[in-house]
Amino acid sequence: MTALSILYVVLFYAAIAVLVGGITNKILQYKRVPAPLKIPVTPAPMTKTGVAWRLTTEVVFFNSLFRATKWTWIFGWIFHAALLLAFFRHLRYVISPDSFLWPIVSLEVVQSFGKYAGFAMVFGLVGLLGRRIFVDRVRYISSPSDYLMLLLIIGIAVSGLMMNYVVRTDIVQLKAFIMGLFLFDWQNLPSDIILLVHLTLVLILSFIFPISKLLHAPGLFFSPTRYQVDNPREVRHLSPWGAEMEAKDGRNA
Amino acid sequence: MADFEIPETHEFPVIPTVMEGVMSHSAPFLAKAQFQEQLGFPGDAGLIEGWKEVFLEKLGEMLGKYRSLLVFMDICVKCGACTDKCHYFLGTGDAKNMPVARQDLLRKVYRRYFTFAGKYFPKLVGAVDLTEEVVTEMYSYYHQCSECRRCSVFCPYGIDTAEVTMAARDILAHIGMGQKYSNEIIGKVFKIGNNLGLPEPALADTLEGLEEEVEEDIGVKVRYPLDEKGADILLVTPSADFFAEPHVDGLIGYGKVFHAAGVSWTVSSKASEAANFGLFIGNYENMREISLRIRDAAKELGVKRIIFGECGHAWRVAYSFLNTLAGPWDFLDPNYPVPQHILDFTSDCLDRGILNIDKSENDWMTLTFHDSCNVARASRIGSYPGSQFTIPRKVIKAVCNNFYDMAPETIHDATFCCGGGGGLLTDDLMELRLKGALPRMEALKNVIDDKGVTHMAAICAICKSQFTKVLPYYGMTMDQIVSVHQLVSSAIILEGQGDEDESAADTEEAA
Repeated sequence: MTALSILYVVLFYAAIAVLVGGITNKILQYKRVPAPLKIPVTPAPMTKTGVAWRLTTEVVFFNSLFRATKWTWIFGWIFHAALLLAFFRHLRYVISPDSFLWPIVSLEVVQSFGKYAGFAMVFGLVGLLGRRIFVDRVRYISSPSDYLMLLLIIGIAVSGLMMNYVVRTDIVQLKAFIMGLFLFDWQNLPSDIILLVHLTLVLILSFIFPISKLLHAPGLFFSPTRYQVDNPREVRHLSPWGAEMEAKDGRNA
Repeated sequence: MADFEIPETHEFPVIPTVMEGVMSHSAPFLAKAQFQEQLGFPGDAGLIEGWKEVFLEKLGEMLGKYRSLLVFMDICVKCGACTDKCHYFLGTGDAKNMPVARQDLLRKVYRRYFTFAGKYFPKLVGAVDLTEEVVTEMYSYYHQCSECRRCSVFCPYGIDTAEVTMAARDILAHIGMGQKYSNEIIGKVFKIGNNLGLPEPALADTLEGLEEEVEEDIGVKVRYPLDEKGADILLVTPSADFFAEPHVDGLIGYGKVFHAAGVSWTVSSKASEAANFGLFIGNYENMREISLRIRDAAKELGVKRIIFGECGHAWRVAYSFLNTLAGPWDFLDPNYPVPQHILDFTSDCLDRGILNIDKSENDWMTLTFHDSCNVARASRIGSYPGSQFTIPRKVIKAVCNNFYDMAPETIHDATFCCGGGGGLLTDDLMELRLKGALPRMEALKNVIDDKGVTHMAAICAICKSQFTKVLPYYGMTMDQIVSVHQLVSSAIILEGQGDEDESAADTEEAA
């Protein structure tokens, strides 16, 4: 094995550990910290099913963002939808044809549209970057990390596109490398520069995910204003520390 | 007049250009030791010794107690959706009045001391050290937020700046930077029973006076009872209802509706206040303490139900938190919601046809309705989501012939705060209050011009007080703001009422 391949094997395992471990850690923290009061933004659903629907519409259609600003919504939604397509398309590099997922992965819509999804991603991201630069309000609230995050993902999308349309890489060898990671039977990684750029940027993204604003993905499901059911009069809501306070002075008896 | 300019109103809202620091001079008076102590806070109108450690310790504690704060500190992506949604930004153009920028005042400290990125790469992620300058800025801008939640409606993750403001204010109070206005008022509630500091004898006097006034007016003895044991209903209403216009006309209305419905009710001198400023200062303990007075009063008086009068944030605390803070309410009649909103009660009476209404009494007015932020975005009134919008309008339309809504993007859950909510209804913040009222004033002016609206009804004591103050600055008059139950009061005809008129008419005929 080449030294480069060994380096990437190590980096990939580290990235997966940080990504999975970091996000799990954050989710556990969000779960552990109680919401002491009922604070759904109303009108809010009165049942759990209703809340599931509210969250679904937020995740799938970005409802609230749509109400807020159409431009950010268009760019943001296109980017996320394209990201999803690109993700499914990439599955073919990490699962074998006899997997139960293969019928989905090999769908025409995933494979052909997935190919163009990269362009849609870049379109959406450039739009978001443009807003950050040209809208004075958004420019004011942006930190260097906000620009870098967009540039990082643009870099990932562009390098991915280049492998499709400019310089192709040895995809068979790449898949062997990836599958090798799963099977602990490590293989060489093709040393094309664009592939390395693409993978390195993805590794960086994985490393920073749990310590950055990318936490909005799991965080949405822990946002009390959105996930709470509107039933404070019917069901008594009490946090562990609120209960402790009560037990101490006995004034709610 | 004020020594600053009242913003111009437009036919369509104008999003201002971002300006840095134009409102950085705005800050309410700090609470002196006497107002800090009674709430359990240290200091005397300034930073305490070792404030930095206390600040960080308190922030850490709150991150472990409030999921909202923890998650909101982490997940903002700076998309900008909220940046043009705050009435204080729209009215002042100050960059730090954009909700996300306001949150960032605390977030940048959170990042510096509680996150990996902020500890090792502060410049990259906009993290800053905790300094006196930073804290001063927080005190200023966290008192330029009325905790109205409009930003959270538009945030893709529901990030609620109100939660951040409340946490920040609580932390500030713990390092000696409590706000005089709110803290002084909470002290009065603890000592005397209400925000205005009306002691029991004065309250008894006021209510007796009301009874006489109403009897003189309509010839019917409508009761306004105080501390009556064994009454069915405990009415908890903002203390402004006991004396100020137009609030008191609302209280007269509640009494008439109760009278017509034939229920027994009472006000409590112990819980003679619906407002709960514990919400504004973001302090659970104080909010609970204030709420528990209602529990104690309900038990002492042996009532079966609790009804709240017209008040916005009070209704939020009542509807959303009372069960948590002062429950369980298993000693009350389970057939009624605890607590119930007065509009829910009146609406039900209308449905049952037990109110005799003469709508023409209100024909000289054309109404619009201001959705109060806490009712609109933090509670419900009836049995279904959105009933906080439909029930008030239904009641108004049942007692008035002329009603028009303001522009759709300024009502319901997109309603604009009056500009004086969240503990900002104080003279030391007058510039902020006037400028923050701009979006609502604009929408009101437009509906006055287009539809001939003459009056705006509201169901919140703070809204009513704030509008009474700011309407004249925008070229309108202070009496253009009315209580919803004031409208009910004018239109309702009680049994026995008008007998005199009729007999007078009879006499005339006979003559």
